Amino acid sequence: MKFKVNGHEVFASTGGRPFDKNKPLIIFVHGSGLTHMTWVLQTRYFAFHGYTCLALDMPGHGLSGGKSLKSIEDMADWISSVIDSVGYKEASLVGHSQGCLVTIECTARYPDKIKTLSLMGGAGAIPMNPDLLALAESGDPKAVDLMMDWAHGPAGHFGGHPVPGLYHINTGGMLAKSRTIKDTLAVDFRACDNYKNGFEAAKKIKIPTLSILATDDKMCPVKEGKKLADLIEGSKVDIIDNCGHMMLLEEADRVLKVLKSFITTNYPSKH
Amino acid sequence: MSDKKKGPESKTYKFDTLSLHAGYQPHKNAGSRQVPIYQTTSYLFDDVDHAAALFNLERGGHIYSRISNPTVGVLEERVASLEGGTAALATSSGMSAIFLTVMTLCEAGDHLVVSSQLYGGTVNLFRLTLPKFGIKCTFVKPRDTEGFKKAIQKNTKGIFGELVGNPGNEIMNMPEIAKIAHDAGIPLMVDATYQTPYLCKPFEHGADIVIHSLTKWMAGHGSSMAGILVEGGNFDWMQNDKFPTMTKPYEGYHGLSFAEEFGPTAFTMKARAEGMRDFGPCLSPQNAWNVLQGIETLSVRMKKHCSNAEEMVKYLLGHESVAWVSHPSVPDHPDHALAKKLLPNGRGSMIAFGIKGGKDAGVAFINSVKLASHLANVGDTRTLVIHPASGTHSQMDEATLKFAGLSHDMIRLSVGIEDIEDIKNDFEVGFRAARKPRLVSNQ
Repeated sequence: MKFKVNGHEVFASTGGRPFDKNKPLIIFVHGSGLTHMTWVLQTRYFAFHGYTCLALDMPGHGLSGGKSLKSIEDMADWISSVIDSVGYKEASLVGHSQGCLVTIECTARYPDKIKTLSLMGGAGAIPMNPDLLALAESGDPKAVDLMMDWAHGPAGHFGGHPVPGLYHINTGGMLAKSRTIKDTLAVDFRACDNYKNGFEAAKKIKIPTLSILATDDKMCPVKEGKKLADLIEGSKVDIIDNCGHMMLLEEADRVLKVLKSFITTNYPSKH
Repeated sequence: MSDKKKGPESKTYKFDTLSLHAGYQPHKNAGSRQVPIYQTTSYLFDDVDHAAALFNLERGGHIYSRISNPTVGVLEERVASLEGGTAALATSSGMSAIFLTVMTLCEAGDHLVVSSQLYGGTVNLFRLTLPKFGIKCTFVKPRDTEGFKKAIQKNTKGIFGELVGNPGNEIMNMPEIAKIAHDAGIPLMVDATYQTPYLCKPFEHGADIVIHSLTKWMAGHGSSMAGILVEGGNFDWMQNDKFPTMTKPYEGYHGLSFAEEFGPTAFTMKARAEGMRDFGPCLSPQNAWNVLQGIETLSVRMKKHCSNAEEMVKYLLGHESVAWVSHPSVPDHPDHALAKKLLPNGRGSMIAFGIKGGKDAGVAFINSVKLASHLANVGDTRTLVIHPASGTHSQMDEATLKFAGLSHDMIRLSVGIEDIEDIKNDFEVGFRAARKPRLVSNQ
């Protein structure tokens, strides 16, 4: 569906079901340079099981208008505006990678609006490799190749996507190339690199929180994810083995299973 | 380790490694090093909710082997990885892959622009069968790049061609024709059977959908029928209103918009969810496994195919019984420069040549060779020959043969990987027999 936030058109996938304001809202926030399509194997399930889903294309990404936001703080405020714009007072947030920084900051800033927080491949800070950052800022497609290399675990490099016939390294790469690298991936990387408030924001979070981490995640290693989770009161941690940073594609089913259990318990739908 | 001057390099697996490993994780298959053959029809659901989720494309997984199968799935991922594509769908033959591609793209009332130089079966599909479904085609000679542009109509949904035409070896200017297609907001579909991804990756030159008859070089051993369609993932189905079946809610899956939900894999998802469900040209797991065996040695075989072909080109060019030779490696081939650009790893192993003495000489040659096999296939490890006018393209009338660039003296040669001297010696036997009736009639 399309709607407007701060005067710009926003696209969000509703997981194949009509937008229904009577159902609890789950907002999915993608990682650097990616789009709503990374969530297809999670959103469709929740959309058909009693929830209203919005898998967002962040401004300037995918099918959304506007320009990419330059800071994690701006993105956090924008998520809050999304909730207002679609006429909700509260939502459950799910983030991946950069999306974790955004949702942590959003939850800390708007504690009354956010009811549960699910983090995938999250950390309190995501400092960028300077070479990767430079490649992205020069618009070099090698930046995407490197990101896909580092973001997939050893098993993921062989493929084995849960959806028959899909080769996820190339699929992820194509998502990251769907708009100009300089205008999306580079801006996102710089925003991640600049963001320093993750650990402080985490200390303020008092809602049910789940961290899904992966043993072969090079971009946000397990120890970094745990460090963040330790700062969030009552946070639950689930670790997926033989999997890298792109867990929502590499091990979509396992991710869904954990997410389903967490959200339906802590943010149940009556529908 | 990265070179500090060059910076870090991606270490994703390269072609030869992907040929052996892509799409398969042993730890999810009882540790079996080789891909198991799942000779199975159907797969257990965890519970009713799991079943519903699979049927509704909420989760990935297998339901029924007409739609997907674990062994076939490995093949699909492997080919997608080798082509640089996002997704692939394997079918029972190359022809069913073409049919499924067209039926996924088009509806009755639609139109396609099609290269005239195609495998005879493909010509018949576009010329005779698709009109029965209300899909019309305009044929354009592959070298007539402007002709593709002129043939595009309001209801045109795509351009289709073989990268190297069958059997005349005419090469489509893929980058330019892709630009024409994209300027018109339609995809370019390329049958790259003759090349395999070892010789050319059409997505790097603008193609949007790549099709293979896997029966040929990919499987390579003349043992198994198979086909595949591969998606590049770069075509924006939502850029115009030409593709409502991709972009509008689809009744068959509770109002799903394939383009919106699946983006770079939308075409394959639709081809599987709708096409395999309704037409059912599924690949058998045994054949998928056989093709996987072939792909393991693809680069090794293609190198030998190409080096033998270049030797045969030299031999034929210097032979007194040969009127002409068509192969992209020949410097005076009209597409020689384009071939160097599009096929940097080799120009393929298909040669067309004209035999002096015309049809009678061709028949005598075919009937006399002993090592080269006379049959309706290409891309076997063994050398194959056929006389297209009386074989693969025999269902065409004179005018269509002429339009397809076929002459009665043409012999199509698919060079195998035997010892090159043995192939040449066999051809000498054929040429001697081909000369004989002419000598008799001249007396």
